[in-house]
Amino acid sequence: MNQNTTADIQEHTVDESICSSENLVYTKPQTLTDDPMHYCPGCGHGTAHKILMEVVDELGLQSQTIGIAPVGCSVFAYHYLNVDMQEAAHGRACAVATGVKRMMPDKYVFTYQGDGDLAAIGTAETIHAANRGENFLVVFINNGIYGMTSGQMAPTTLPGMFSTTSPYGRDVETMGYPLKIADLLALLPGVAYVTRQAVHTPANVRKAKKAMKNAFEYQKKKLGLCLVEIVTNCPSNWKMEPLESNQFVNDKMIPFYQLGDIKKPEVK
Amino acid sequence: MAKAIGEVIIDIEKCKGCDLCVDACPTETLALSGKINHKGYHYAIRIEGDCNGCAACAIICPEAIITVYRKIVKSEKVVA
Repeated sequence: MNQNTTADIQEHTVDESICSSENLVYTKPQTLTDDPMHYCPGCGHGTAHKILMEVVDELGLQSQTIGIAPVGCSVFAYHYLNVDMQEAAHGRACAVATGVKRMMPDKYVFTYQGDGDLAAIGTAETIHAANRGENFLVVFINNGIYGMTSGQMAPTTLPGMFSTTSPYGRDVETMGYPLKIADLLALLPGVAYVTRQAVHTPANVRKAKKAMKNAFEYQKKKLGLCLVEIVTNCPSNWKMEPLESNQFVNDKMIPFYQLGDIKKPEVK
Repeated sequence: MAKAIGEVIIDIEKCKGCDLCVDACPTETLALSGKINHKGYHYAIRIEGDCNGCAACAIICPEAIITVYRKIVKSEKVVA
């Protein structure tokens, strides 16, 4: 599989004296459960789960956070995120989150949705929740394909990109153009914060985490809907190795889905 | 000059061998093992080298299975 794999690698022996709590730099967030994730090797969902829970951990909001799980690859998000979770019907996470947030306005509510969930079947729920200016965070994972159902074309699939339902590449003449849902939502006055991030390099992971932290802080101030879009990979359905897929994110996805803050509230 | 010595602990049974940590490591102190874990993946291991505990591997790891420690060791001043 990989050129780096050889049987005679000199394995390092761990120096126990360094492994003490005062020297700890990084460990798994407490709010992430110990269950092994079902995601494919190299999938960005794991990284997105991890940074979301790191933010919850750092802000100390485990008992005050309610998450809404979607339908898609991340349908089992409630197995891994150790906060109160509610499963929603396909695409309806924003509608469920509206209900949760209105009944419990002091809680921190987030939805975690993929592109098939948020940008295809749930477009109406998402746009109307944004238009009403609901105070919750939408984490939008954009990998340009339907992952769970084995790689059909999604609204976010790039022009010319291959999928099982666009085997000759997405032809914009007949299949339409990719939907930039983040740019669309940024136009609405009820939306406070829209940002697009990626998790394909450590630097981008740090930025994405900062964006999520900002979103939680804006939610506390009740400024409106916050959308954090994460452009990520799908190694299995793009038919690529994980490193190759991250290179594709860098070379093809990011030039189309430009990273950065699209809308930011003015905080006094 | 102070020197940082890093130590990396990897939960090999949860590793899926995606190679992202190996690619992210600036000091090239990680590699995929020739052996496999119970799931059949070539898991990531720490190899001999100067790990400085930058935690890039742990930050990129999608499975959150890498724990990083860093100790700053102050070396004695060398008088020329």
